[in-house]
Amino acid sequence: MSFDWPTALPLIFAGLMGLAILIYVILDGFDLGIGILFAAAEDAEQDTMIAAIGPFWDANETWLVLAVGLLLVAFPLAHGVILTALYIPVFVLLLGLILRGVAFDFRAKVPAGRKHRWNRIFFLGSLIASLAQGYMLGVYVLGLDVGLGGMAFGVLVAFCLAAAYAAMGAAWVIYKTEGELQKKAVRWLRTTLVLTALGMAAVSLATPFASPRIFDKWFVWPEMLYLSPLPILSALLFLWLWRQTFHLPKPDDRHSLTPFLTLAAIFALGFAGLAWSFYPFVVPDRLTIWQAASAPESLAIILAGTVVVLPIIIFYSFYAYRVFGGKATDLTYD
Amino acid sequence: MDPLILSRIQFGANISFHILFPTITIALGWVLLFFKLRYNATNDSAWMRAYFTWVKVFALSFAMGVVSGVTMSFQFGTNWPGYMEKVGNIAGPLLAYEILTAFFLEAAFLGIMLFGFRRVSNRIHTLATVLVAGGTTVSAFWIIALNSWMQTPAGFEMRDGVAHAVDWWAIIFNPSMPYRLTHMLLASGLTVSFLIAGLSALRYLTGDRSESMWKALRTGVFTAAILIPIQIFAGDQHGLNTLEHQPQKIAAMEANWNTGPNVPLVLFALPDEAAKENKFEIAIPDGASLVLRHSTSGVVPGLNDYPGNHPPVFPVFWGFRVMVGTGILMLLVSWSAAFFLKRRHSLPKPLAMLMVPMALSGWLATLAGWYTTEIGRQPWLVTGVLKTGDAVGPVAGSHVALTLATYLVLYVLLLIAYLGVLVHLALKAAKDGDSSPLPGVMNAAMSQPAAGE
Repeated sequence: MSFDWPTALPLIFAGLMGLAILIYVILDGFDLGIGILFAAAEDAEQDTMIAAIGPFWDANETWLVLAVGLLLVAFPLAHGVILTALYIPVFVLLLGLILRGVAFDFRAKVPAGRKHRWNRIFFLGSLIASLAQGYMLGVYVLGLDVGLGGMAFGVLVAFCLAAAYAAMGAAWVIYKTEGELQKKAVRWLRTTLVLTALGMAAVSLATPFASPRIFDKWFVWPEMLYLSPLPILSALLFLWLWRQTFHLPKPDDRHSLTPFLTLAAIFALGFAGLAWSFYPFVVPDRLTIWQAASAPESLAIILAGTVVVLPIIIFYSFYAYRVFGGKATDLTYD
Repeated sequence: MDPLILSRIQFGANISFHILFPTITIALGWVLLFFKLRYNATNDSAWMRAYFTWVKVFALSFAMGVVSGVTMSFQFGTNWPGYMEKVGNIAGPLLAYEILTAFFLEAAFLGIMLFGFRRVSNRIHTLATVLVAGGTTVSAFWIIALNSWMQTPAGFEMRDGVAHAVDWWAIIFNPSMPYRLTHMLLASGLTVSFLIAGLSALRYLTGDRSESMWKALRTGVFTAAILIPIQIFAGDQHGLNTLEHQPQKIAAMEANWNTGPNVPLVLFALPDEAAKENKFEIAIPDGASLVLRHSTSGVVPGLNDYPGNHPPVFPVFWGFRVMVGTGILMLLVSWSAAFFLKRRHSLPKPLAMLMVPMALSGWLATLAGWYTTEIGRQPWLVTGVLKTGDAVGPVAGSHVALTLATYLVLYVLLLIAYLGVLVHLALKAAKDGDSSPLPGVMNAAMSQPAAGE
């Protein structure tokens, strides 16, 4: 049996795009979450929190560029349909990303008196970007339906995702800090986990009404059986993590990375569930990944580059994270 | 409201805002490497001070470039879906390679370059600087390859109304690409050298005579003095290339209405497209024929050969003149400053005062040049393949008007904040002189400099 490239390539690219989005959501999720938590932090804590993400945020946001880039290059038709339908939310997202991205740098370089202003802009930008991403996800799940019910659903997902990002941010602060701030972050994590859980419950309850299509996809025998590990495992991880927040931080700072990794796993499971809800569509109910894909020869040349370069990117990203490993309050002079 | 013209203004505003920052980071990365290598060779901490002053400018410019670049990558889809639908098979891989080979490299090593001085060995820190500088340049390579392909497309064929790649080498190294890339890289070098020279002149004017100021000032002035004649030559070659491949653009640049020999070089005019003539024209007889064909009887293409298929004359004509005029001013200023620095080891006050606003001359020339070439591509988005009007998306005009207005306000505010910080950083460096602590020693090693400075 010969390998059918025209069939396989769009599928591979859908997978790559999904991977890029997942990595983006996890990595920039903690950046944005820390921005949201800025509202609850003291001045000195804010500096430490920025120190915990300063060297990384840029590379983290690049995963979004890659995800959009892959959508753009691999599925040009879908790219146009999705982004024109989401014109205003995309604009709001960009506004948020611009504000938070420049605030990062400005807050450290402006005269001391103006720093507060940029701290506020950093918080606002992070919050706006998170809400916009959630709203877009909600509307996209419903097949870009922008009726009133769809918008309400979008708003629900927006708050859920913002809470989830804040939880990621809190988990990252737990990993990168110590002392009072770390204890505070544990409390943040507990609160945001509850909010996220409430949001997810609301979204799950709303989905069958909002989208019978997705409901049908999940609740048919025997798929239901194969899919059941996804929600069950997520729920268990959720509960376990919530219980953990009562025992953190642990002596010698053991398991300080565990909350972050657990949340990343929950995100990955949720993402797998989403992916299943869509497959094989890239624009729900309108365009399948094969209908929207670029010419196979163009995909092939991108794939060749990706296969060579992606491992290198992952390698040096790990290196960068290792260079800045350890606690963010670590004021070593050499 | 017409979504086409609003989308064009929005993309124009976005890309104009964006290009300001890569124009700085592309060359500033290499200047920082130069500072770093001088430090490595001489162990003179003034070089490292210059590095740390300018690395902050780099960080800020990089952030501005990233956020405005992300905006652009989305606008391809939100406003111009017809572009990717028609030429996505060509543009897609070029953009993908830019992300894969450049963006991640820059972003990952930027952290080490900015905050890792005390975290990694000096050698790795130098390597990080090389990789970031290299990344910005590779990024410029891919984006210029794509832009040049849109100007002078090659290496493709149309199948069912969609462009398909035939020869990737011909696509990347299309006829105008080497010229455009050289021109742009030199423009970046000039922008940065005038920026450094200008802000150092500001420090000089406030009485700063520190070693790090001198080192930055000399680097800026001498680099500018060396690059500007090269740029004038490269620009001329680029113009001849345009004459060969996009004659209608040359006709608009020269405001030449009729094809023929003995075409004058128009120095000043108000081109009137309706009347097909120039008002208040001041011109050098036979000048354009001489410049473009090296003979008074050389035939220069005129707009009459391209009815309905040539760009708007006024902005292209004036964009070109602003660019060339700024270039000549750059030549005069950089050579006189180089003369005084070399011979007198000082800078006359009036010249220093002129150099301060000239800090932004690179931006002006770059924008004027881009307007010339990009408006000069109209009415085509991809020459001969896709018209701009056919690529615009189905978004309502009111939506575009709303986003455009917001972007404009935001860009103006950010630009003011950015320039304010540049001046603030220069004045602060001037105040601290050589006594400023070396960042990375005093600041938290891995943080952004935490306190407002």
